[in-house]
Amino acid sequence: MIQPVRVVVWLVEGTWQGCLDGAAHIIPPDAQVALLHVTPSDVGEITEASTAGLLGRAFRAHRPTGHFEDVADEEASEILKAAATRLGRESTELVHRRGRVEREVVNAVAQGVDLLVVARDGDRSRLGPHSLGHATRFIVDHAPCPVLLVWPDEAPGIESIPPPPGHHPPHGPHRESP
Amino acid sequence: MPSPIAETLAVMLLVATLACAVARPRGWPEAVFAVPAAVVLLVLGVLPLSQAGAEVRSLAPTIGFLAAVLVLADMCDRYGLFESAGTWMATGSRGRPVALLALVFAVASVVTAVLGLDATVLLLTPVVLTTVARLRLRAKPHAYACTHLANSASLLLPVSNLTNLLAFRASGLSFARFGAIMALPWLAAIAVEWVVLRRFFATELVGRGETKVATPLTIPVFASVVVALTLVGFFVASVLHVNPAFAALGGAVILAVPALVRRHAKVRDIGLALDVPFLTFVLALGLVVKGVSLHGLSSLVVHLVPNGTSLGSLLLVAVVAAVLANLINNLPAVLLLLPAAAAAGPGVVLAVLIGVNAGPNLTYVGSLATLLWRRVLRQRGEELPASEFLRLGVVTVPPVLVASTVALWASLRLVG
Repeated sequence: MIQPVRVVVWLVEGTWQGCLDGAAHIIPPDAQVALLHVTPSDVGEITEASTAGLLGRAFRAHRPTGHFEDVADEEASEILKAAATRLGRESTELVHRRGRVEREVVNAVAQGVDLLVVARDGDRSRLGPHSLGHATRFIVDHAPCPVLLVWPDEAPGIESIPPPPGHHPPHGPHRESP
Repeated sequence: MPSPIAETLAVMLLVATLACAVARPRGWPEAVFAVPAAVVLLVLGVLPLSQAGAEVRSLAPTIGFLAAVLVLADMCDRYGLFESAGTWMATGSRGRPVALLALVFAVASVVTAVLGLDATVLLLTPVVLTTVARLRLRAKPHAYACTHLANSASLLLPVSNLTNLLAFRASGLSFARFGAIMALPWLAAIAVEWVVLRRFFATELVGRGETKVATPLTIPVFASVVVALTLVGFFVASVLHVNPAFAALGGAVILAVPALVRRHAKVRDIGLALDVPFLTFVLALGLVVKGVSLHGLSSLVVHLVPNGTSLGSLLLVAVVAAVLANLINNLPAVLLLLPAAAAAGPGVVLAVLIGVNAGPNLTYVGSLATLLWRRVLRQRGEELPASEFLRLGVVTVPPVLVASTVALWASLRLVG
């Protein structure tokens, strides 16, 4: 019996709708789709670092700042539910993790996954760098499965790539000399 | 006691105090370690009573000022000022991440300048992070903006940072003059942070946030007006040669009394906001550092601090202060450098402040402390923060130091 193709779509704030739309017509209709969202743990660490820098204020600094992670978790499950509706397929698996984003995504596709779909980051008005954020770069470098990089919007035209340095565009169409 | 032994003992006690303040064995407040250290120095005669008395008298008004600002900031939180700033940023940005970052920059810079860096780190940052999460945008650039601006945007006023409060009296400047000279360096620091963060996080500032049913913006008018009047009060007091701490005290009392009467706050809450362990820690640390600088270290520091106001010497002062702040944390760094800096004039004091305020963005707790703190985190089984913090520090701190010091040099020539 042929196993259905297993596809994981990694959803990130800001690009998740485009990522889904870009992948929807590429994912085979009978594929088993899992939607993945990771709530970053390092945001809390950044703020903890800055409270640790406040020498002498430990007494007040233990005020709960975990509220962010609760809200982020809440929004993450909303995003996952909205994404499943947007994709409109039956039996879509929703996966919510918390931790170092790049590590969690790579771990999630470590076994039995045929395709990981990720969205391009960065400037969407032109083709070109820097198109991968830190986490996406790490995932593309480390994922042990094929990775599909999609444009979260319609990709801009090829003319958005600047000409190479010292290059002068030819006048009129280029012709081969006889 | 012979001076070399006294000096060694004082330095060891300072290092032990700082180490305990960061590692906080048994989770005790920092004062628990700093007070015995100061007492040991007094009992052994390393710090003579007369000198200790003079240090307490010189620190007491600063600590009173600090206490009033702590209560003022806490009251602003109780009146919902930070919450409404969050709503304002969410609606103002209309979900565009770069616009949101610009508003976070504006709010964090103003809050740090007027209510101090503690307010930005402890009260504003949680609000910013929740706002970003609700908008469904990536939180990291905004989190870094808050932590960085809490340090680098704390250059403007004496109330912006405890280091400034400590230097304020030593500098002999009036509140208004301090602000007038530091306005340009403050703007320069914010501008550099903006350019660097905007580029550093270009790949994260993408997409469009989702503005759902918006919370209506309600501005706590009473608290806003009191804070604005307190700010005016700082300058008026300085013109009338009254200690500006009274303006902070006035603001804190005017906000606290109605809150108490309407039972929005209990007396206990105000006690907590006052943070007596912190105030005690500052006093004890001041005494320990005094013990260190009495026995030879102060003459060493005098050699470290050049006393001209040429651009070259101001830059050197800022770099020395930044390095020291990164070695031992900025609070003891400013206490150590102040006597020599104050003797060299207000320009040098302000250059020290640029170093100790902007410098900590490099290693956030001072490298000695960072080492310890990382050990503590590892023991607790928590993950270590990403090397990203350090990478961002390397690209922001040097240009901030240079830009702010050049601005200070120009300011000293313009304002005089």
